[in-house]
Amino acid sequence: MSASTARFTDVPGDTRTARRLAGRPGPRPAKPRVQHKRAILIFVLPFGALFSLFYLVPIGYAIYESLLVIKREGTFGAATEVFGGLSQYVLVFQNGPFWQSVGRVLAFGAVQVPIMLGLALLFALLLDSPLVRGKKFFRLAFFVPYAVPGVIAAIMWGYLYSPNLSPFSAVTQNINFLSADLVLWAIANVVTWVYVGYNMLIIYSALLAIPTELYEAARLDGAGQLRIAWSVKIPLIMPAIVLTAIFSIIGTLQLLAEPQVFRSFSSAVTSTFTPNLTVYTTSSIPNVNLAAAFSVVLALATFVLSFTFLKFTQRKEAQ
Amino acid sequence: MSTLTPTPGPVRPARRIRSTPGSAPRAQRENPFARASAMIVMGVFTLYFLVPVWWLLVAATKDRAQFTGTNPLWFADFSLFQNIGALVSYRDGVYLKWMLNSALYAGLGALVGTIIAGMCGYALAKYRFPGRELIFNVVLGGVLVPATALALPLFLIFSQISLTNTFWSVFLPSLVSPFGVYLARIYASASVPDELIEAARLDGAGEVRTFFTVSVRMMVPALVTVFLFQFVAIWNNFFLPLIMLRDETLFPVTLGLYGWNSQVNQIPVLRDYVLIGALLSIIPLIIIFLLLQRFWRNGLSAGSVK
Repeated sequence: MSASTARFTDVPGDTRTARRLAGRPGPRPAKPRVQHKRAILIFVLPFGALFSLFYLVPIGYAIYESLLVIKREGTFGAATEVFGGLSQYVLVFQNGPFWQSVGRVLAFGAVQVPIMLGLALLFALLLDSPLVRGKKFFRLAFFVPYAVPGVIAAIMWGYLYSPNLSPFSAVTQNINFLSADLVLWAIANVVTWVYVGYNMLIIYSALLAIPTELYEAARLDGAGQLRIAWSVKIPLIMPAIVLTAIFSIIGTLQLLAEPQVFRSFSSAVTSTFTPNLTVYTTSSIPNVNLAAAFSVVLALATFVLSFTFLKFTQRKEAQ
Repeated sequence: MSTLTPTPGPVRPARRIRSTPGSAPRAQRENPFARASAMIVMGVFTLYFLVPVWWLLVAATKDRAQFTGTNPLWFADFSLFQNIGALVSYRDGVYLKWMLNSALYAGLGALVGTIIAGMCGYALAKYRFPGRELIFNVVLGGVLVPATALALPLFLIFSQISLTNTFWSVFLPSLVSPFGVYLARIYASASVPDELIEAARLDGAGEVRTFFTVSVRMMVPALVTVFLFQFVAIWNNFFLPLIMLRDETLFPVTLGLYGWNSQVNQIPVLRDYVLIGALLSIIPLIIIFLLLQRFWRNGLSAGSVK
């Protein structure tokens, strides 16, 4: 950690050294007293309380629920929840549809995330180059879909894909985007449409923060735009790209709204199409204990995947 | 170089001054072929991004017969206002109720959420206290925990205390924005000088007052960014209301339109309302983004660069 944070942590050390240098005798310096305790409490407490209530407690509660099983006295007896150890997790790992849905979103992410971020990077670089005129217009036009909520975007594209109602019925009557083979990629297109502009803006802002001198020199040496982009700009904005990639990975694993909407357009989208749909379907059976176990596995997988990705890219950068 | 770990470098809000775009000698050096292909790429994708919205706009101005009978990408008789009238009077104006709910969930939620995230981020940036790093790391972990994974356990908890199917069951969890704390902390440590806080202290202002009168002003770009992205997140939120709410009058507009859309086959008139309702529901967000773009563009760079 650098500059401003370091400045604070250095403070106690500095005073201690100063005291020693001044030859002031005395007891071992006491633990530095926290100043402004009341203010800190006022600042941190509201968020801390809400974060605990609506993040930490639910996580704990999900884990707790996932360790319970329903026990019935006979076939029609009253149901009671008893501790079942990891038996819900055994069910999770035996659940074929759930793992199929995980495979589906992983395939989705492996294709959609690189395409989306590739496009976002391309547009950001073009906006940052002298090649494009009307930057303000393009920036805004590409960003407009981000203002469309996922549910609404899915409804719109549902009509655009429809064989009869689509303005592109010449295409949609020949290719059925809502078929079992294609519907996953039809949804991928909806997600891409919504989020390219958003990711483009994050990357573009990172590009704007690069001091011009850094590539002015390369330009004078005769490097073309492509070369500058590849060798100077992209390495410098890697942190921004990693950030967008992590958010995209998280988003992909959580896919819910778009497929849920597509269920009314296409029978190929089943009630266990994505992991989150499986959670929702399972909880409305209701089998909350199993649904809680699904949630825990999913959250853990998301966490591990994004964390691994982060560490992996950091190591690559360090090399 | 790290990404999610905070590395507030030297003060960065000073933005680089861009050379005037296409200043004569520079522009001439660019290969005309490269220039043309760049413009073609941008043009094609402008169509990709805008045609669906254009189609929605056109569709919203047509009555039902013309929706299927005329060119879907061009206007016929202009019945936008009749359509809006029909939409807002359908079922005692339930659509307006949904819009109002969305505005409350998102507007009020993002406002309160931004204030508390801003305060927490500020404290983490500007004060030294035990557990500071722990709190920050836990919050950072919270950024990686998907909100949808919390929806189900939240539902279970809220049903224990009979709070499901209430305004609060959607509103309260939406207040928490770990990413907001992260952004506020980074921005506060980079752009609120310690000297300023010290000066306010010497003037006898309390810490809390200093924050609200002095420091907040320097954090405006970050706070506007946090507000906007939380606003969008709440406005777009679907899983939490889907799982919490049964009472139609509490729905946000996304959930309401979703419900109508899944009944289109039984009640065909709903298709008209879904389309016009979809168009009206994206207008507030576009307006907010346009009005505040000066702020959030600066704020974005603070979050992503470091």
